Amino acid sequence: MRRKLPIIIIVGVLLVALAGGALLMHPSRTLSTATLPSPSTPTPRAVNTPGTSTTRPAVATTVAPGTHLRGRSDAPVLLEEYADFQCPPCGFVHPILKRLESEYETQLRVAFHHFPLRTTHKHAAEAARAAEAAGVQGKFWQMHDLLFEKQKEWKDAPTARPLFLTYARTLGLDLEKFTRDIDSTVISNRVMNDETSGAARGVTGTPTVYLNGRELAFEDVTNYNTLRALIEREIAAKK
Amino acid sequence: MSVTASDGADKPAAAHQDETPPPRISRLYSLAAVLSLAGLADAIFLTVEHLSGRSVRCTVTSGCSEVLGSPYAVIAGYPLALLGALAYFTAFSLATLAAFGSRRAGNFLALLVALMFAMTLWLLYLQAFVLEAYCQYCLLSAAITSLLVVIVIARRATK
Repeated sequence: MRRKLPIIIIVGVLLVALAGGALLMHPSRTLSTATLPSPSTPTPRAVNTPGTSTTRPAVATTVAPGTHLRGRSDAPVLLEEYADFQCPPCGFVHPILKRLESEYETQLRVAFHHFPLRTTHKHAAEAARAAEAAGVQGKFWQMHDLLFEKQKEWKDAPTARPLFLTYARTLGLDLEKFTRDIDSTVISNRVMNDETSGAARGVTGTPTVYLNGRELAFEDVTNYNTLRALIEREIAAKK
Repeated sequence: MSVTASDGADKPAAAHQDETPPPRISRLYSLAAVLSLAGLADAIFLTVEHLSGRSVRCTVTSGCSEVLGSPYAVIAGYPLALLGALAYFTAFSLATLAAFGSRRAGNFLALLVALMFAMTLWLLYLQAFVLEAYCQYCLLSAAITSLLVVIVIARRATK
């Protein structure tokens, strides 16, 4: 018995380790399933007009004024993203969202909120201001796309400003105005307002994505097929 | 045939050794086994965090996202933490066997701990100078491996 004891202990620990790992994985799976809304279940947080629950609810109008939106105002699905231009997972998610936006052109509306992680990403706040400064000249989304597409180029640069100016030039912006705006208090406040709204909603990391007001699990956002299925369900629920 | 005869001759002697006197359980190896368990729990947590994608998300408070989301956190498509979990489980098994008197397990444990320590130093370098971000769970693992080194050295010194 004494000779077998170490083997029994080792096998016992192996079983406990495997069970522990499976248990830890489990909550994430539950969350993942929970995010798949049943068409008959009303989505929490989305504002439904009382008495009109059987008609298409005006979900897309629930975003705060001044929010950057892309897509049709009557789209049944609103996808809101809190993101940081310097965050690698946000850069990873960007092409997935772009692809879905083009596939669901009339049914999906996308809102973007800044959530720069200032303590970990040194150029994040400046990148957010660069997008806002481009927005003053009507090119927010073009700069938004460019910042994500060129993320690898600027995220580790000692200073990002020269690269942001290059992108502004590519977009045909008035560089003098862009430079003035990027350092303006108004632009800085816009970014901070987004951060405040995100913090109020419980955002702690990026990307955080809401689909018609429901927060999605990270693994659902990074998977094109899952996110597509979730969008399909939302569309079906609104029909 | 001679092997069987030899086995038959050895077994009673081994059994006799086991019974009188009973082998003393090494306290240092027991401590190494407990520490390896802590390391195993830490590595399993990190593996699950990685596989579920939770730690890969960038967060305000922790450098874990920077570290676990980096290309260094993956080896051949598998999370590095999974390799850590396997290493800690092996260390636990060897320490347990060594605690019950297996000299060979003690030798293998010393070799494994040396390899784990070399890996730890590399990962600490990556966190400090390449990623410039620290993950507290990775630092805990580094501390555990360092303690394992101390225990193995202490055990060998007191032999």
